[in-house]
Amino acid sequence: MREVCIVGVGMSKWGEVWRQSLRCLHTEAALNAIKNAGVDHLDSMYVGCMTSGLFVGQEHLASLLTDYMGMPGLPATRVESACASGGLAVRSAFIEVAAGFSDIVMASGVEKMTDCSGDDATTALAAAADQEYEVFHGATFPGLYAMMAHAHMEKHGTTREMLSAVAVKNHHNGSMNPDAQYPFKVTRERVESSVMVANPLRILDCSPITDGAAAVIVTTVDIAKKLGKPYIKILGSGIGTDMIQLAQRADMTTIKAATIAADGAFKMAGKTIKDMQFAEVHDCFTIAEIAVAESIGKYKPGQAGPAFLAGESALDGAFPINSSGGLKSKGHPVGATGVAQVVEIYKQLTGQAEKGRQIPNSPKIGMAQNMGGSGGSSVVHIMEVA
Amino acid sequence: MTMFSSKNWREYPHRYRLEASKFKKSGKTYFPKRQIDPVTGDTEQEMVILPETGKVVTYTVIQIAPPQWGDQSPYALAIVELTDGTRLMAQMTDCDTTKVKIGMEVRIEFRKVQAEADHGVISYGYKFVPKWY
Repeated sequence: MREVCIVGVGMSKWGEVWRQSLRCLHTEAALNAIKNAGVDHLDSMYVGCMTSGLFVGQEHLASLLTDYMGMPGLPATRVESACASGGLAVRSAFIEVAAGFSDIVMASGVEKMTDCSGDDATTALAAAADQEYEVFHGATFPGLYAMMAHAHMEKHGTTREMLSAVAVKNHHNGSMNPDAQYPFKVTRERVESSVMVANPLRILDCSPITDGAAAVIVTTVDIAKKLGKPYIKILGSGIGTDMIQLAQRADMTTIKAATIAADGAFKMAGKTIKDMQFAEVHDCFTIAEIAVAESIGKYKPGQAGPAFLAGESALDGAFPINSSGGLKSKGHPVGATGVAQVVEIYKQLTGQAEKGRQIPNSPKIGMAQNMGGSGGSSVVHIMEVA
Repeated sequence: MTMFSSKNWREYPHRYRLEASKFKKSGKTYFPKRQIDPVTGDTEQEMVILPETGKVVTYTVIQIAPPQWGDQSPYALAIVELTDGTRLMAQMTDCDTTKVKIGMEVRIEFRKVQAEADHGVISYGYKFVPKWY
């Protein structure tokens, strides 16, 4: 297996980007990544997208997107694992380069979510849950995570204040991220008085609906050195799945798919959670950040919430989480999120995070955890400075 | 999205009759029916009918609902563990949504679940009601 690295990253504008279509958003991120890496060609690309068919009626992205990137003919594959599609694109590119099939591969992700009504967007996102045994009965994604939150509160004594701490911290971080959709700070009071979506989750516990794309260039260490640009190594990649129905999981307070994905990535990297200095995790809802921090082994069950209240996950804490602002503040274009998490790890490890948001003392190693649905799938990557 | 009636019809054994798979090796029941026990890999099974009472293990109250339920929100959604240990999700009905809590005893009743969006096919199935109701 060859050593694999990331040599350049790119983002499109994120938010309610009414002027740009799916193809425009993706092209912007792709060309930014290609320019940032300084590569003169690609050998192939993987694009993660959850459900462009439901959001904008468009499938067959491999053809559409290579065409509009000005690269018709480029070998391209669209991959899907609900909201973990972006992480899966990175993993697919990693495997292709590691195995020696290709030398320069782009991993990208895109979702165009505001071309349809809020109702239609809810319906599209619900495609990640069990249609016949969850969605049929009126389940929504906030509803599924709300049920996880109630189970977590019941079993571990997790409190409203702990959920709020996640939103307050992530909006603080996002306020310094020029790519963030909602770069404003929120107070605990504002979170706890925001409109109820699915008890106990309020609107400020939820990640938003976002248009956006992100891309990274995955290549070999030799090529990265020749390009002379900052690069980071991918030490490990892991993926895991779990039962799609929340009701059928033995423990609804933990994300087993994330545990499997993290364990796989740690094993490949020859590292443990103790070696990690920071993480981007999939905070689609505030409870998710708590459950994931426990599922990847950083905290014992029930210990993440109290640690967050004590400030451990803050930028200057012992283990910063979501320095980007997370899905909560930065936005969550579902197919692009997993790639954007890797963009943030790249920026942090190469010292390129914006003023105020750079983690102190130049971190050397970090991880990105991306999640599909209510935890039916997860992808984890571990990255280190070159 | 237009749904054809076959999509509903094929689920009748579960939605109307609560048919489930009980596997020989583990003695565990899964709902809906499935071919393989995901824990043991066992394929030997018998069809059983789920018990109709259980307890709420977690719940939420949906305030912002999908279009089919817009006129019913807020409604409570619960995961219930039945007396045989099987878990399933459905709506709570005939109850004050503010009174739903973990540990609450419920029973299953046959109810109208939804009229599917544009097509309007009325789908029936199971809902939970408080045991005392």
